[in-house]
Amino acid sequence: MSAITREEVAHLARLSRLALADEELDHFAAQLDQIVGAVARVAEVATADIPPSSHALPLTNVFRPDVVAPSLTPEQALSGAPAVEDDRFRVPRILGEEA
Amino acid sequence: MSELIKKTAAELGSLIASGEVSAVEVAQAHLDRIAAVEDRVHAFLHVGAEAALAQAAAVDARRAAGEELGPLAGVPIAHKDVFTTKDMPTTAGSKILEGWRPPYDATVTRRLREAGLVILGKTNLDEFAMGSSTENSAYGPTHNPWDLTRIPGGSSGGASASVAAYEAPLSTGTDTGGSIRQPAAVTGIVGMKPTYGGSSRYGLIAFASSLDTPGPFARNVMDAALLHEAFSGHDPMDSTSIDQPVPSVVEAARQGDVAGLTVGVVKEFGGDGYQPGVLARFQEAVELLESLGAKVVEVSCPSFTYALPAYYLIAPSECSSNLARFDAMRYGLRVGDDGTRSAEEVMALTRAAGFGPEVKRRIMLGTYALSSGYYDAYYGSAQKVRTLISRDFDAAFQHVDVLISPTTPTTAFPIGERADDPMAMYLADLCTIPSNLAGNAALSVPCGLADEDGLPVGLQIMAPVLGDDRCYRVGAAVERAFESRWGGPLLSKAPAL
Repeated sequence: MSAITREEVAHLARLSRLALADEELDHFAAQLDQIVGAVARVAEVATADIPPSSHALPLTNVFRPDVVAPSLTPEQALSGAPAVEDDRFRVPRILGEEA
Repeated sequence: MSELIKKTAAELGSLIASGEVSAVEVAQAHLDRIAAVEDRVHAFLHVGAEAALAQAAAVDARRAAGEELGPLAGVPIAHKDVFTTKDMPTTAGSKILEGWRPPYDATVTRRLREAGLVILGKTNLDEFAMGSSTENSAYGPTHNPWDLTRIPGGSSGGASASVAAYEAPLSTGTDTGGSIRQPAAVTGIVGMKPTYGGSSRYGLIAFASSLDTPGPFARNVMDAALLHEAFSGHDPMDSTSIDQPVPSVVEAARQGDVAGLTVGVVKEFGGDGYQPGVLARFQEAVELLESLGAKVVEVSCPSFTYALPAYYLIAPSECSSNLARFDAMRYGLRVGDDGTRSAEEVMALTRAAGFGPEVKRRIMLGTYALSSGYYDAYYGSAQKVRTLISRDFDAAFQHVDVLISPTTPTTAFPIGERADDPMAMYLADLCTIPSNLAGNAALSVPCGLADEDGLPVGLQIMAPVLGDDRCYRVGAAVERAFESRWGGPLLSKAPAL
């Protein structure tokens, strides 16, 4: 049985903000299903008594002093922007028409 | 062809320091080589000839003014195009960043400049460092200088090919699952993954933040150590950077001695799926180490067989989150902004157009593994495997000083062979992934040519966290013994380009 269906890929693509074409959905469904089937093996040894590791080093809450230092100018910060207006990033509308 | 391109980085550094050659002559020799072979190798995404010559001239001026310069001042380097550079484009091999000029330098970039290294250009890579062949670059594949129909490894394939093709004596790479060691192995050069946190990630375009580690490529162990020391060390701009002195890797490379050391052979890395020629060369390396006075024992690390599946849950999970920053709003590509579409629609169109298939696969795989209902079974289990792998390393290093294995199960495969078979591609990193999950140091050094295809094989030397010097100490000893047997570096057997 497939774990990853075409519908599941469409859902993942929506969550991932990827506007995939129809033929991509089928292609990725088969490949993701194969990958998920292979990596599911991790559950064989992951028993309840083993603590998870999110990281290789035992680090917690690393801070540096909160001091003002030179930073980017507005021109530098905006230098790679797709669209700029009045020293700001210009973006497409983020609210619906009726909002 | 200038003789200068065959010199080691250390030799070039002393020739420049003594004034026998100028940094400008050295840079020009390498730029000429790039011009002569790049159409066949395609190691670079950007060559900055003018900027390189200007940097070299600045080093020459400082030397002429009597300034004391470091050992790599004036030596050329190829820089992986995943580190930000103010004066050069930075693409991460992706269309989504085509033409982007970062407003700041990565810490690694800044330290290369401070050491007087001359940056020749930016090297090709699998898109966002996701891959093992450099075929996932949006700008076309890089070719292995040993056989131009084969892959140079990945993701740092431009980095490995540039050094193996004598376009640069040194290059930078990043290693998330083997992306330095595997390309080094399949191109017959040296590549080092330092201890995680030993080199800064600031300005390194993130793939999987708990795994990404910058490291050096070179044609010999000493050169790799010199570059390692030049860009490593604590960086307040990276909160996972280790605030401790860099292990003395140059001194270790100088010693190059294994007498009295215990070397563990990882039992799980061999047998089915390994090319016979790889196993034969590895066995010779084991015997060589014994003949040099090391005690060799077999060590079992049972959890290592779960490293690959754990990695292909952890790395995609982290990437699905990290790559959310490519949202078409602040920098990079924007597609479909025609005044009628919403920001969310523009974002989805841009990401669909700007990312290649492997990046899309991994983003969706990670999104799946982190979804509620699947989190415990996939991402949670993978994190537990990560604990088990660290425990296997800890137990092994109670008894042995270093662990060894082949770096890769096979030699370089033909371009195209695994391009649309993700699981087959992922197997290239089988032996390198454990050290990413545990964060320990690991080096690949050349170990001979496989009988079947005459292509390079790599020996992987793994040491504990912050035991980077042990990798160099053992690597230098192996290199010296092999080179006296081969009558020179392995790379001297590569066909002329």
